[in-house]
Amino acid sequence: MLTLTSPVETWAHRLPAGLKLGLLALATTALFLMARPEALGLAALVTAALYATGGARFAATGARLLRPLWPFLVIVGLWHLWTGALAEGAAILARMLTAVALANFVTMTTRLTDMIEVVQRIARPLAFFGLSPRRLALAMALVIRFIPVMLERMDQIAQSWRARSPRRPRWRVLVPATLAALDDADRAAEALRARGGAG
Amino acid sequence: MERSLTHIALFAALIAVLGLIPKIDLAAGVPITAQSLGIMLCGTVLGARRGALAVLLFLALVAAGLPLLSGGRGGLGVFAGPSVGYLVGFPVAAFVTGWLVERTTLPVGYAATAAAVIGGIGVLYLFGISGMAIMLGKTWPEAALLGMAFLPGDILKAVLAGMVTQSLARMRPASLLSRA
Repeated sequence: MLTLTSPVETWAHRLPAGLKLGLLALATTALFLMARPEALGLAALVTAALYATGGARFAATGARLLRPLWPFLVIVGLWHLWTGALAEGAAILARMLTAVALANFVTMTTRLTDMIEVVQRIARPLAFFGLSPRRLALAMALVIRFIPVMLERMDQIAQSWRARSPRRPRWRVLVPATLAALDDADRAAEALRARGGAG
Repeated sequence: MERSLTHIALFAALIAVLGLIPKIDLAAGVPITAQSLGIMLCGTVLGARRGALAVLLFLALVAAGLPLLSGGRGGLGVFAGPSVGYLVGFPVAAFVTGWLVERTTLPVGYAATAAAVIGGIGVLYLFGISGMAIMLGKTWPEAALLGMAFLPGDILKAVLAGMVTQSLARMRPASLLSRA
């Protein structure tokens, strides 16, 4: 499966994941404490410069990851044009774009395995509540393994529906797909038990 | 034990798959993805605790960098964006939905639909709209106006969640952990 980690190696790829996450938490907190549009504009420029250090291809991917935000840009932009509070609107949009871009930067420069390791380290105190790190690792691996399996099954269900009916399947794939997920879960549980259990 | 774990994992995968399939046109002309339907199903089928854990597992993988949210979004950026309230609300919505199905004695189809409306829409919108209000610097009613655009699609999804849950109750009564 595709991950969001950038294949373009940058200097930030070599930093430890924990350090990057710590810095991200600090930077995001600072962004939300800033209110002046000039300061937020500067933060946005610094973030853009950060992306530029990764090269043109890296920066272009980063820009593409911001695309889902456009409806918010349009709505907030129009709203502030209408009310006339332009400086405030600019501050809100600069903060939003910078916060998301910084977080994306960390995702783009950290490998999935490193990130999963951090998630498991954070979840370690949960062992107190009966969620052992081993079980969490197993569950994550199961999800990643079963996503392509379920996508293919969903496609098969839709295809066999089309073979029987000239209409499109729409929501009718849902029951067989969910049923298949339940049956897969039962079978995977049996397989786990047969191999010594989930510990 | 194993059964609990695999059900949680498989439903986390189901949330992802429902978000990845290109808008399976649940109904003609309504451009909605089925991801929030996945959240509702986690609650109605798995129950409160397992449902919420499945959603948390899904979110952990999204945060780790897998593009599993509808529209291929993912990574840490989505937790810094204006829709973060919805993400925070996802596990709570699944928990409330599951709790309601577990507690009522209504026929399972009706119980699941009502629970999906209360948990998957009411609770989720409370979190989502509050998140947008904070992130976009707007008042709550202003943000609510934005959130309402998704209401028709979500009501449809709650009805679908009820129908799917009822069918499962008929076909695999033992697998419906929320009523086991």
